Amino acid sequence: MVRFTEVGLRYPSPDGGLGPEALSDLSFTLPDGSFTWLLGASGAGKSSLLRLMHLAQLPTRGKLEVLGQQVRADRRAALPALRRQIGVVFQDFRLLPYLSAFDNVALPLRLAGRSEGSLRPDVTEMLRWVGLQGREMSLPQQLSGGEQQRVAIARAVVTRPALLVADEPTGNLDSHQARRLLALLTQMNRLGTTVVVATHSEDLVAQFPSASLRLEAGRVVHHG
Amino acid sequence: MAERRIRRARDPLGLKRALSDKLLPGLVAAMALLAALALAGSRGAEALKNRWQHGAAAAVTVQLPPEQSGRMDEALALMRARPEVAVAEPVSPDRMRELLRPWLGEVPALPLPSVLELRLKNINLDPAPVQRALSEAIPGAEVEAHGIWVARLAALARSVQGVALAVLALVIGVAVAVVAVATRAGVASRRQAIEILHDLGATQSDIAGRFARRIGLLAAGGALAGAAIAVPALAALSGLAAPLSGGVVQPWSALPWLDLALLPPVAGLIGWATAQFSVRRWLRRLP
Repeated sequence: MVRFTEVGLRYPSPDGGLGPEALSDLSFTLPDGSFTWLLGASGAGKSSLLRLMHLAQLPTRGKLEVLGQQVRADRRAALPALRRQIGVVFQDFRLLPYLSAFDNVALPLRLAGRSEGSLRPDVTEMLRWVGLQGREMSLPQQLSGGEQQRVAIARAVVTRPALLVADEPTGNLDSHQARRLLALLTQMNRLGTTVVVATHSEDLVAQFPSASLRLEAGRVVHHG
Repeated sequence: MAERRIRRARDPLGLKRALSDKLLPGLVAAMALLAALALAGSRGAEALKNRWQHGAAAAVTVQLPPEQSGRMDEALALMRARPEVAVAEPVSPDRMRELLRPWLGEVPALPLPSVLELRLKNINLDPAPVQRALSEAIPGAEVEAHGIWVARLAALARSVQGVALAVLALVIGVAVAVVAVATRAGVASRRQAIEILHDLGATQSDIAGRFARRIGLLAAGGALAGAAIAVPALAALSGLAAPLSGGVVQPWSALPWLDLALLPPVAGLIGWATAQFSVRRWLRRLP
């Protein structure tokens, strides 16, 4: 479960203080196993909201609960373990350029302490699933934008996370790959993963109707 | 190819490329060389000070005139009875020749004076009463005390030792600063990779530990090279200093081997601890 209660977020300003609120008075609950579209125009605060959900940012006010745990700045030591239960598909992929596709996907498993022998089948299966079999040893710069995005998706789901957040995951995919990705996300959702996907694509939302959360100027204007 | 891939996979921050294996070890090698010289200087000054203080400091030389050379036993008994005197021993002709050899060479026919060596109980005792008592008993006997000179030399040696230790502290301070700057440069060049690992659930100790292991290894390697360079330099200096320490030339055995052996692990530890501190401090800005 993800619960926001009166959450606000300010980013640091150049003068060392805090800037204006990028997100204001966010209060909503995403139940376990839900699938939620996050909608809104550019600059509405979708990426900031996702950053809060995957704990890349902590709220400057209000209460945030992720996967049943209260997120607090004074309990930072507990956050890495919580992050390892969250899969993230970044808008800009954020692959490590000197690691192969295989090693990029294996990274979360290695950080979780999985042995080399046990992670190979999972990583290979995940790469096959996103259609990158035979490209395991390719470096990100040797892959197209769509292929890099698929590596990023494989990395996000390889740990079978309890919460999966994706920021414009279909932005670099053709319509076939986009439908394929959404099929994967809904499949994971059916297996119990809570999924939150930020998108501009109303077509995609129409093809996979589900609950949505719409943001405008950092505030929730629709949830349902 | 496979080994290269595994090496890279074990280095997800790409630190082998971000932290040069030439610049940092080169700087640490130079500082290890300076540290070795400072340590050796400190040890040498201490050894000289001890030698002078425990050897010559309390020593007083008594020389009997040639016409009184047969009264050696009488002079010895007189000196041993004095309360100021801890030890009184005659200087054997062989030792006398050995002492004169650096100045006069081998001169077997040279008549040697009769000399007693006294060691006073305290370096600060005035040898004048001893001189008076001896002159009254054996006219023409001369007493030569070295205490004041040795005290001054010992003070000089202490100063040299202090300066050497100050240089050592400065070298350690500079080493910490160099490692901190190298760590910050590494963090700056791998900022995005750090943030990715952080977002994927890496702990602060995991990220800081990767930096610390790499930098500790580079620092230890640099210090090993610096210590290796220091060995012949110290051996040469030891040979030059040999006359001051009794004239016995044993440069290899006189080297501070333990200090040299400790340089790499200590440098590695300094690098490791500095990197840990620097990276953890930087990571505090991440949630």
